[in-house]
Amino acid sequence: MTTTPIRGLGHPVKRKEDPRFIRGKGTYVDDIKLPGMLYLDIVRSPYAHARIKRIDPSKALAMPGVVDVITGAELEKAGLAWMPTLMSDRQMVLPTERVVYYAQEVAAVVATDRYTAADAVLAVEVEYEPLTPVLDPFKALEPGAPLVRPDREQKTNHIWHWEAGDKEKTDRIFQEAEVVVSQDLYIPRIHVCSIETCGCVVNYDRATDKLTIWMTSQAPHAHRTVFSLVSGIPEHKIRIISPDIGGGFGGKVPVYPGYVIATYAALKLGKPIKWIEDRSENLQADSFARDYHIHAELAATRDGKIRAMRVHTVADHGAFDAAANPSKFPAGLFSVCTGSYDMEAAHVAVDGVYTNKPPGGVAYRCSFRVTEAVHTIERMVDVLADELGMDPAEIRFKNFIRPEQFPYKSPTGWEYDSGNYPATLQKALDAIGYQELRREQAERRARGELMGIGISTFTEIVGAGPSHTFDILGIKMFDSAEIRVHPTGSAIVRIGVQTQGQGHETTFAQIVAEELGLPVENILVEHGDTDTAPYGLGTYASRSTPVAGAATAVAARKIREKARLIAAHLLEVSPDDLEWHDYAFRVKGSPDRFKTMQEIAFAAYTNFPQGLEGGLEAVCYYDPPNMTFPFGAYVCVVDIDRGTGLVKVREFLAVDDCGTIINPMIVEGQIHGGLTMGMAPALLEEIVYDDNGTILTGTFMDYLLPTAVETPHWKTDKTVTPSPHHPLGAKGVGESPTIGAPPAIVNAVVDALSHLGVRHIDIPITPAKLYQLLAEKGVAE
Amino acid sequence: MERVPIQLTVNGQSYQVEVEPRMLLVHFIRDVLNLTGTHIGCDTTSCGACTVLWNGRPVKSCTVFAVQADGGELLTVEGLERDGQLHPVQEGFWEEHGLQCGFCTPGMMMTAVALLQENPDPSEEEIRKAISGNLCRCTGYVNIVKAIQYAAHTMRETVPAAAGIAEGE
Repeated sequence: MTTTPIRGLGHPVKRKEDPRFIRGKGTYVDDIKLPGMLYLDIVRSPYAHARIKRIDPSKALAMPGVVDVITGAELEKAGLAWMPTLMSDRQMVLPTERVVYYAQEVAAVVATDRYTAADAVLAVEVEYEPLTPVLDPFKALEPGAPLVRPDREQKTNHIWHWEAGDKEKTDRIFQEAEVVVSQDLYIPRIHVCSIETCGCVVNYDRATDKLTIWMTSQAPHAHRTVFSLVSGIPEHKIRIISPDIGGGFGGKVPVYPGYVIATYAALKLGKPIKWIEDRSENLQADSFARDYHIHAELAATRDGKIRAMRVHTVADHGAFDAAANPSKFPAGLFSVCTGSYDMEAAHVAVDGVYTNKPPGGVAYRCSFRVTEAVHTIERMVDVLADELGMDPAEIRFKNFIRPEQFPYKSPTGWEYDSGNYPATLQKALDAIGYQELRREQAERRARGELMGIGISTFTEIVGAGPSHTFDILGIKMFDSAEIRVHPTGSAIVRIGVQTQGQGHETTFAQIVAEELGLPVENILVEHGDTDTAPYGLGTYASRSTPVAGAATAVAARKIREKARLIAAHLLEVSPDDLEWHDYAFRVKGSPDRFKTMQEIAFAAYTNFPQGLEGGLEAVCYYDPPNMTFPFGAYVCVVDIDRGTGLVKVREFLAVDDCGTIINPMIVEGQIHGGLTMGMAPALLEEIVYDDNGTILTGTFMDYLLPTAVETPHWKTDKTVTPSPHHPLGAKGVGESPTIGAPPAIVNAVVDALSHLGVRHIDIPITPAKLYQLLAEKGVAE
Repeated sequence: MERVPIQLTVNGQSYQVEVEPRMLLVHFIRDVLNLTGTHIGCDTTSCGACTVLWNGRPVKSCTVFAVQADGGELLTVEGLERDGQLHPVQEGFWEEHGLQCGFCTPGMMMTAVALLQENPDPSEEEIRKAISGNLCRCTGYVNIVKAIQYAAHTMRETVPAAAGIAEGE
């Protein structure tokens, strides 16, 4: 046996990517510098809706160092004034007639350095004729509302209508129900704000006719295909490299106009072009998340059994439907909103609407609208509990899908793979001392203090997705891995997904280590380069482990099957006489006769049986049979300051179940980060516009990310319910806490005020908003 | 535009360069010296990704002109490792999983180095306050706090070797 430990599944292996990051030696897009490189900067609209009367670049062009000014008129001649979005809508790259949101790209300047480019942006003269913007999606649907998209055949701001579930059955149950509760919930527009903004460096090499784009991309292969289809450049002549990425969270899935303009400029000028957004550009113009206006209802029995759920949502998509949902799901996976609860029927309808706001509807660290779904059901269960005078924990236990009901067919058509909801909630309640907290709350309440306890028992849906249901622009949402074992027993793994901090270089090496019995340090993981990595749909929606992780395990198992033949040859036994045990092929009944993968790898190149191909490698394009359904039980304890309206998260316990854990250290880190990005929109973050459609939260001075001071010391725990269909039993975890945390926090705040008749508060629960409510209720100090 | 000569020491090495007076220190570090470990994450002095030590004190280098630093000493993330030996703060971030995407990490570590120079045994609350000018979107800060506690512990056991670095020696 090898003496170096394997450290496969379940080991807290220190990350392989960290040595370069802690030395400042990562390679992010803005770190790339090519000889003769020019800088591109963008002129942006000061109006949310306006006709462009004239663009005069002459003063900018006259400035020393300015090389070019590119406008929509020029792009139109090249057929590039518009581009397709990932939702089969189309989006302006640069406008030819009108702008439709504040900070929209209007023209681009190219200069010899970034300072000159920034100067030139100010020197481009643009004459606008302001038009009335429409900002409220309900007003956008009224007759006579200003038309956001006159380029479309349909002269309406309504984009699409989508529904799931059984309307007739749901309506029937609501008619006969003993108890019905309803609530409006608004989940405001927010922004992912990865600390690295978006950008690219584009190089066109005339000698090889090759276009290379270093790009802040969460999905380099899909982007390469889009670039090829839009430009007509053959796909093998385009290489997209997604190098080290400074956070993604969904914001780096869409194709932004800047990428396209920079590519056009590189081809036109024959010089490398760099385009990097400022933070304010990123915050003001890049894809936003959420913006869901939800009306939800639950029908129940008087003793608290939920019978049906009915939801209607108006989804504000801004000026272009530039979300990144699978094509059959314009509202993402919002229909998972029946959550962890067994009910007879549900019906969900969503209407997408255009407004004069930046485009999007992308994720904010959540898999396709699941945050909106979870917020809805987890709030509604508390609303129902309040109506019936039940404890929020008790009503959850009463309605949970029971462990023996899995695989569970949900009323909106999902098949939940596995779960044990009561065990997870019980673990959380016991660990935090729920009954004791309730007693403390009663005592404090008697003293006039405001303390609340909130519970969220969410079900997540990740791992898009099975090819029969999931595609983006027609490309099926499989993912891939390619493993090559070298003669001396080390290996290279290339994967179709791409890390933006999740630690793929470590966890995917652990999967291969476990499956092949090779030490984790001898396995190199590469990703993000479309010339070398196998085709994959990228990393978002917590799909890396469920899909590409499965592909990696299956590819490794293919290698193992070939290795069995070589081991049999070396040991002079039949392959059937061998079993894989303790990281080696051993002769059945004589476990001391064995061959390790290292020995087999050498033989694969030096001494393989007649009739077998040499070498030891395998590829897998994995088509998942189903989604995976991670879940968790979160308990949050808050204290409210009656003098300021400030919510202090005193304690927060997250018990997560993401199935089999590959690296517990990384899973815990993902949960800490996800909880923080759950707390952020619950208490702090919101994109706000004035009546003209001008953003009021366009910098980090106004759009408040949590600092270490607001962020509590998260506590985590786990249960493990493996996925029955994933080769490793793993489910994915990065986004569970982001979807699970907001309702736990809101439920805690509402719980603190429930004796005052408060049943719901929209997020973000800022001190100003809460203080006003406290004043209305007569409890402000 | 007119250029101005400046002289400064970065990570122990002396530089004499001419720069535009308006050039930000962060662009000088990244684009002129090619030390790309110092990052840019915002345009309002909010995020701290560009934090470096200027004469031993942490500053956000996006809000200092290169010409202001004339005659001074800078320490960037690239200067933390000495003779192949990681700084205890670097070790701590690796050991305690104090980073994910790595983008805020250099600035965060420089702030931590400065904190530990001033306060070798900070409480969790003091650490959180000290790094509140550095935004991290990935980690939720829990492991960053642990990483700094790890470094504080290591430095208390092994000083003075590491402490001198923060002062620029």
